[in-house]
Amino acid sequence: MASHAVTDLRHHFENHDQQKDASTLGMWIFLVTEIMFFGGLFLAYIAYRTAYPDAFGAASNTLNIPLGAVNTAVLICSSLTMAMAVHSAAIGKNKLLITFLIATLVLGGVFLGVKAYEYHDKFVEHHVPGPNFDFKSEDAKHPVDPHNASLYFALYFAMTGLHASHMIIGAVIIVVLIRMAAKNRFTPEWHTPIELFGLYWHFVDIVWIFLFPLLYLIDPKNK
Amino acid sequence: MANHPPETEHSTTHHIVPTRVYYGVFAALLVLTGVTTWIAYIDLGRFNIYVALTIAVIKASLVMLFFMHVRYSSKLTKVIVASGVFWLMIMFLMTMSDLATRGWMRVPGR
Repeated sequence: MASHAVTDLRHHFENHDQQKDASTLGMWIFLVTEIMFFGGLFLAYIAYRTAYPDAFGAASNTLNIPLGAVNTAVLICSSLTMAMAVHSAAIGKNKLLITFLIATLVLGGVFLGVKAYEYHDKFVEHHVPGPNFDFKSEDAKHPVDPHNASLYFALYFAMTGLHASHMIIGAVIIVVLIRMAAKNRFTPEWHTPIELFGLYWHFVDIVWIFLFPLLYLIDPKNK
Repeated sequence: MANHPPETEHSTTHHIVPTRVYYGVFAALLVLTGVTTWIAYIDLGRFNIYVALTIAVIKASLVMLFFMHVRYSSKLTKVIVASGVFWLMIMFLMTMSDLATRGWMRVPGR
């Protein structure tokens, strides 16, 4: 009975629709706090990019744009598979739900793998802020102050790092959801965890939609 | 599991979005990713950033409206989503108007 109680309608709701609306609203309120959480970093980015546009452009040009674009596409694919997972749960196709959840997990893993490869490049090139930071600006059109380039990389690692940590947390939750789906826990009436996790996963996708042009595409025409 | 309350019978807000909507949004997102990457290599002066941000906002709106079902959500949910964007803009605009106008007045000691 105890496990059934989770899927049933809670006594303080009139029907499943009302219960679902309440859950969705709660998840969105959490996502609004997430918007402000990432927003602080975006604000720091806007302030420093406005102050040091040349240094940000030169530092940004050391990133691998094709790799960033491919990773953006990978994340969009994972958003599609996640939307399809929610859809499968809503029409009661459990096997399809599990397939799409696994696809989402795999695509998230690909994204994180590419990200790790890019981080590795930055470490090799001494572009990680800290005692070993070494930015040569000879290739830039105007010589830039390495300190300002270091600011760009600090924001690059903070923003992509916070984003990647959200994806790692997301990957852990997908594993839990796959286990729940394997136990046939979801029905067309009640698949709220799938729905709400979908919101979270798409939110993380939206953050990357802004990170890609802001971090990778500042000034490639002067590369 | 089998005996759900009868209230579910008259559910009205169950929105099953047709999958072609998802595929359409997916295709649009991929195309816009390509467009934003391509345009970044073209010198538009200071308009590069505006074009990039416009495309990003369109992409984010597509994800929110269709993948996140905001289009089919309750009015209350829509208000919460809008409030998130609204407060974010307050934070950005007020901070940046401070930074942009600091040089306008002479402050003793500076």
